[in-house]
Amino acid sequence: MTTHASHTTDHAPQAALFVADDKRAHWHDGALWFVRAKRDRAAQALPEWERLRETASQIKLHTLSRLAEYLEQFEASAHRLGATVHWARDAAEHNEIVLSILQRHGARRLVKSKSMLTEECHLNPFLERHGISVVDTDLGERIVQLAGEPPSHIVLPAIHRTKEDVGRIFHEHLHTEEGASDPKYLAEAARQHLREKFLEADAALTGVNFAVAETGGFVVCTNEGNADLGVSLPKLHIASMGIEKLVPCAEHLGVFLRLLARSATGQPITTYSSHFHGPVSGGELHIVLVDNGRTPIMGSDEFRRSLSCIRCGACMNTCPVYRRSGGHSYSATVPGPIGSILSPARDARAHGSLPFACSLCGSCTDVCPVKIDLHHQLLAWRHEIAARGLLPISKKLPMRLASIVLGHRWLYELSGRIGRWIMPKLPRWMIYNRFNAWGRQRELPEPPRESFRERYRRRNGSAHGK
Amino acid sequence: MASKSKDDILAAVRRQRVPETPLPSLDGPWIAYPDRAAQFAAMLEFVGGCCVRVEGVEQLNAQLAELPVWNDAKKTVSLVEGVGRSTFDLAAVADPHELEDVDFAILPGQFGVAENGAVWIDDRNLRHRVLPFIVQHLALVVRAGELIDTMHAAYERLRFDGPGFGVFISGPSKTADIEQSLVIGAHGPRSLTVFLMV
Repeated sequence: MTTHASHTTDHAPQAALFVADDKRAHWHDGALWFVRAKRDRAAQALPEWERLRETASQIKLHTLSRLAEYLEQFEASAHRLGATVHWARDAAEHNEIVLSILQRHGARRLVKSKSMLTEECHLNPFLERHGISVVDTDLGERIVQLAGEPPSHIVLPAIHRTKEDVGRIFHEHLHTEEGASDPKYLAEAARQHLREKFLEADAALTGVNFAVAETGGFVVCTNEGNADLGVSLPKLHIASMGIEKLVPCAEHLGVFLRLLARSATGQPITTYSSHFHGPVSGGELHIVLVDNGRTPIMGSDEFRRSLSCIRCGACMNTCPVYRRSGGHSYSATVPGPIGSILSPARDARAHGSLPFACSLCGSCTDVCPVKIDLHHQLLAWRHEIAARGLLPISKKLPMRLASIVLGHRWLYELSGRIGRWIMPKLPRWMIYNRFNAWGRQRELPEPPRESFRERYRRRNGSAHGK
Repeated sequence: MASKSKDDILAAVRRQRVPETPLPSLDGPWIAYPDRAAQFAAMLEFVGGCCVRVEGVEQLNAQLAELPVWNDAKKTVSLVEGVGRSTFDLAAVADPHELEDVDFAILPGQFGVAENGAVWIDDRNLRHRVLPFIVQHLALVVRAGELIDTMHAAYERLRFDGPGFGVFISGPSKTADIEQSLVIGAHGPRSLTVFLMV
């Protein structure tokens, strides 16, 4: 995972930039809570919701337990259908494979539907450096592509943008009327603009929501129809997928398609759930299977379940930190709770602050459709980061101090006594300064005159005090 | 395709110790709707589509004639016998790009799913996969007896034993990517009408 060298990947300073615009921060919070509320209504409409979650979780864990066999079975089945399967150990190899397929076909214009994997691999800039024009065709992704920024949410890539922002971006790039901000008008302009791109494309690339080992096919889910328009006009379709996207049999798709859209946006299913088995007649289908750091996570009892993620975004929509800090504050392809687990697994030094951008409230775990124990994993990552010596000094030092004080009763009692005596006498600047993170945006409570122990002794007599 | 990367990845996967987990059963009971047609119509409406119940082809054509988007359509194609009309010969279209200006298509749906208003269609008689996505307006014809409760029942019916393409379509193409405002007609059809034929 690359990060901008000049620019911190620490969550808190970036979140501070986001909340500096108070109105926008509240709007963002409300917009995501609205999606969360829709998810709740959809989930509550099914009496078997909890059983579906448990079933989905078991299917994913089972698949991981036999992943090598399922991968081989998938390759053989896909091959029988006329598709070509490629294997990529890392992002660089994935990008080289995609480029070589495009070059072999002399393809210069590529239309893409949403794929978090290609974001993870930074495919777009790589292809553009090699002279390929890449157009993201999901409306949200097109907005952020034109704005020159990464998606801030995996399902709603432009959720951090207001309609006025989109109006400005479209005015500059698509020559819509200046000041226009009606979503209907802007979406129509994007439709016309992207239709042209679909019609002139030489090749299409899609992500994969689920691939089926038994049949060799895969499913792509969209609401806009952009994946289908993209792949069914040109003769070349490339599908990029992480190796964890497999399910054993087609019948398992039923479980996941029931959960995915309900969890993501509160729809009962996405508008289009397209099942691709082999290439379009007279065309070619290439499937690229990517590892890129997934196998080590498989072997970890602590973090294995993070590979069950179906990228619905429900954990982001519900997360009180994500809603109030925005996707970009995570400096990672996948933000929010699940991103705060996946990103440190790639680079614990760059993304070490993410597991701390969490109140451990557990709401993510409650909404996850595949029952990933997200908040437990976030806590486990904190231990991991401390164990690897990656804690910043501002956390390390107070922790060490606290462990000494809490480890010695006399020292604890003495510090309490000193604190209660001195705190009310100190000038404000001694307490509220940059070294005391707890004094930012909040007043510390007034120190009590006596400790609990002192009070207990006083009220019950010293006989019960020990 | 044999490759070093494949061997490396499979070897790395096999090196990981992952506890055995059995596959769960998918046997029900799953939700069952007392009136599937009503549930299907309600879900289709919820996702921005329109469900029209008709008795026979004659009534279907009469209902079709009342759709303004059908009446305004210039280039149309119907793959359902006796329903609507085709203004061109789909079999003579060699390049899918030529379908760009089709205003209205009427296609057969194999079955509908009550829990989510989705209709399954596959490319066996479409000729071009792009057809249901590139047209401005889409109508699907589904027999009322071909409604099922859930996606589990759907996969019991489906067989993927050869090359092909199939899709569940639930409502018209849509987006909410601009400030969560729902806009119908993103890239694909601007409207979806499902005729449930008794």
